[in-house]
Amino acid sequence: MAEKVERLRFVEWGGGVSPFAVGSKKLGMWLFIVSDSLTFSGLLVGYSYVRIANERWPMPFEFWPTIVMATVMTFCLLSSSLTMALAVRASSLGDRARVIRFIALTMLGGILFVLLHAKEWAGLIAEGVRLWENPWGVPLFGASFFTLTGLHMLHVISGVIYLGVIALGVSRGRFTHEDVEISGLYWHFVDLVWMFIFPLVYLLSVKMP
Amino acid sequence: MRQAVATHEAPKGFIRRYIFSTDHKVIGLQYLFLALAAVAIGIVLSLYMRLRLAWPTERWPLLAKLFPNAMAGGTISPEFYLSLVTMHGTIMVFFVLTTAPLGGFGNYFLPIQVGAHDMAFPVLNMLSFWVTLAGFLVLMAAFFVSGGAPISGWTAYAPLSAIGEIAGPGLGMGQNLWILSIALFCIASLLGALNFITTTLNLRTKGMAMTRLPLTVWAWFTTAVLALLAFPVLLAGGILLLLDRVAGTSFFVPGGLIVSDQILPHKGGSPLLWQHLFWFFGHPEVYIAILPGMGITSHVLSTFARKPIFGYRAMVTAIFAIGLLGFLVWGHHMFVSGMSPYSAIAFSLLTLSIGVPSAIKTFNWLATLYKARIRFTVPMLFALGFVSIFVTGGLSGIILGQTSLDILMHDTYFVVAHFHLIMGVAAIFGIFAGTYYWFPKMFGRMMNDTLGKLHFWLTFIGIYAIFIPMHILGIAGHPRRYAETVGFDFLTPLQPIHVFITIAALITAGAQLLFFFNFFWSIWKGQKAETNPWRATTLEWTVPSPPPHDNFGPQTPVVHHGPYEYSVPGAAEDYLLQTAPPAPAKS
Repeated sequence: MAEKVERLRFVEWGGGVSPFAVGSKKLGMWLFIVSDSLTFSGLLVGYSYVRIANERWPMPFEFWPTIVMATVMTFCLLSSSLTMALAVRASSLGDRARVIRFIALTMLGGILFVLLHAKEWAGLIAEGVRLWENPWGVPLFGASFFTLTGLHMLHVISGVIYLGVIALGVSRGRFTHEDVEISGLYWHFVDLVWMFIFPLVYLLSVKMP
Repeated sequence: MRQAVATHEAPKGFIRRYIFSTDHKVIGLQYLFLALAAVAIGIVLSLYMRLRLAWPTERWPLLAKLFPNAMAGGTISPEFYLSLVTMHGTIMVFFVLTTAPLGGFGNYFLPIQVGAHDMAFPVLNMLSFWVTLAGFLVLMAAFFVSGGAPISGWTAYAPLSAIGEIAGPGLGMGQNLWILSIALFCIASLLGALNFITTTLNLRTKGMAMTRLPLTVWAWFTTAVLALLAFPVLLAGGILLLLDRVAGTSFFVPGGLIVSDQILPHKGGSPLLWQHLFWFFGHPEVYIAILPGMGITSHVLSTFARKPIFGYRAMVTAIFAIGLLGFLVWGHHMFVSGMSPYSAIAFSLLTLSIGVPSAIKTFNWLATLYKARIRFTVPMLFALGFVSIFVTGGLSGIILGQTSLDILMHDTYFVVAHFHLIMGVAAIFGIFAGTYYWFPKMFGRMMNDTLGKLHFWLTFIGIYAIFIPMHILGIAGHPRRYAETVGFDFLTPLQPIHVFITIAALITAGAQLLFFFNFFWSIWKGQKAETNPWRATTLEWTVPSPPPHDNFGPQTPVVHHGPYEYSVPGAAEDYLLQTAPPAPAKS
């Protein structure tokens, strides 16, 4: 009897369909995201470690302009996740023109984020923040700030380029719905990373009265 | 749902076919040959170290020809000795123990064993090899830059590795190249791991349920999961270390450090952070090296015992348990780093608990052998050798896993003996078992049996002759990484042991020439192999030797049996291929 049940289960296995019904490309992206999130975790743990290890970690950020601007950046990025979700939905409905429009909006959100971020970096550098020193004390403040946000910004820039390629491909009818969905996974992941960086790096470094 | 993964025609032209090939079999061979080159270099480096330890005052003008700058005057300076330690360790851990069993055999046989025509992402697979090769070349370049190879060990402990040339020769450009090489290796591993996991889950052929996967596939799959989760953390550590070195940050360098009579400008970092990041990767890496060996051993033992593997499900669970626990024990490398005794106890208990799945595997292997009609072929001998060495090396692990004993043994030769047996030699025995076992499939010819047996016995006895005395050195308190053994009263009586070990190492290394000769001679001159020379059951033995470009041709195999159906009662032969027609249903 047990043997029979066992055999039935094997017969059902038609081959080729994964146990989670996820296509190979999408599974590959999920695995990349798992791996990449561990790289960010490593950096965030490192940041937390040196932050705890140093007394008087600098908390120099003013509500205005730093936190407000960072909130605007967060808004740009989160809105771009919304437009990305809309692009994926349009793609599932086969509406190619809307896919391209929404991906363009997503890229716009990403580009705005990067521009605001670059402006912020320039301001901090003008104030004398470097990888090895800053006006407020513990030098690792600048080091961890630039490393974390820099790696994240690199991901956003790569994401914008990636989405551009996808949009171009969609307009030529080369990419399928799954490709759009996969690029969406990456984009949401990049946003998610920011949702860790924003509180840990910005909100925890607000100047206390 | 299933995606077309392979063109069914072999690409034309030598370059597309053998150099920039997307065929998993060619890529697997490329990995194997890379590992073969790397292991030859790694062995030579270890012999240099052994000669220095046995005869410390001797001059070696002939050996100096290989390293004219570093060995000026024909002697091995303590600094150059540390370069040798670093490069030997890095080459062996990354480019042999990770590359051969996972990149080599995994690439070649995982797709065939699951019944796929190729990996899920053939182009990423090709990239993975070429990035690995680039990493290897960058590492080798460290020998030739000013200052030579780094001296900070394969663990690149900060602050030694983080502050540049001021800390010693090789810590300038050499260390930068080391980090770059490891970063490339991390990226290559990610690409490989993606492929292994996706292929295992998505490209299995009809009938190949997860519970019918050969244990080799389970081992590669778990290893790929470990690589996917461990290497990115090393990458993060590598980024921070490189920034410390070239951009003036201080993640791993504490304030007020005085090196070579200079106060360093760094401030606020922690060398322990590097240790945490490194060992979070480093301990799973040990299992990345050994798990494929366990898979191959299970596979080979079952084949030549002509019995089903004992406790298939327990074996799979044990592989996963070892992989999972492997992520929770990194602290046992840091018992003497000043960590809280409470965390040390937690790490210690978790470490000892790895003994449970390890013992499950060992007893299952023994139970597989129990009352079996064993065929003592060369791959079988190496698989049995694997079990022996795994037990020996594992026992000293139980000693080192206890905090109180580790404080005594830490940084002595006892540790060197332990990790060489369990991680180095056991994994190498797995690689040898795999090579002798699959050689007929890969090259269509058999390896010479007599030479293989000679190779096994010399290696097996030689390995124990090298590493058992090292335990004694360690218990006697001999520190590791010391080039200098003269001038210390407590080391003088131990010198004859060093001489003994070195002679044993020279003989064992010589025995490997038999393997190299047998390998290359058999590629061209070996006896022709049939499709299934070992009368084994899994899918790779249903296709010609060597398999055609798309493995199975237009017809995908259909699997009806588990992977280890040997000596099935009522069957015509003592083995049932996985593709054999199903037995008529009993009512």
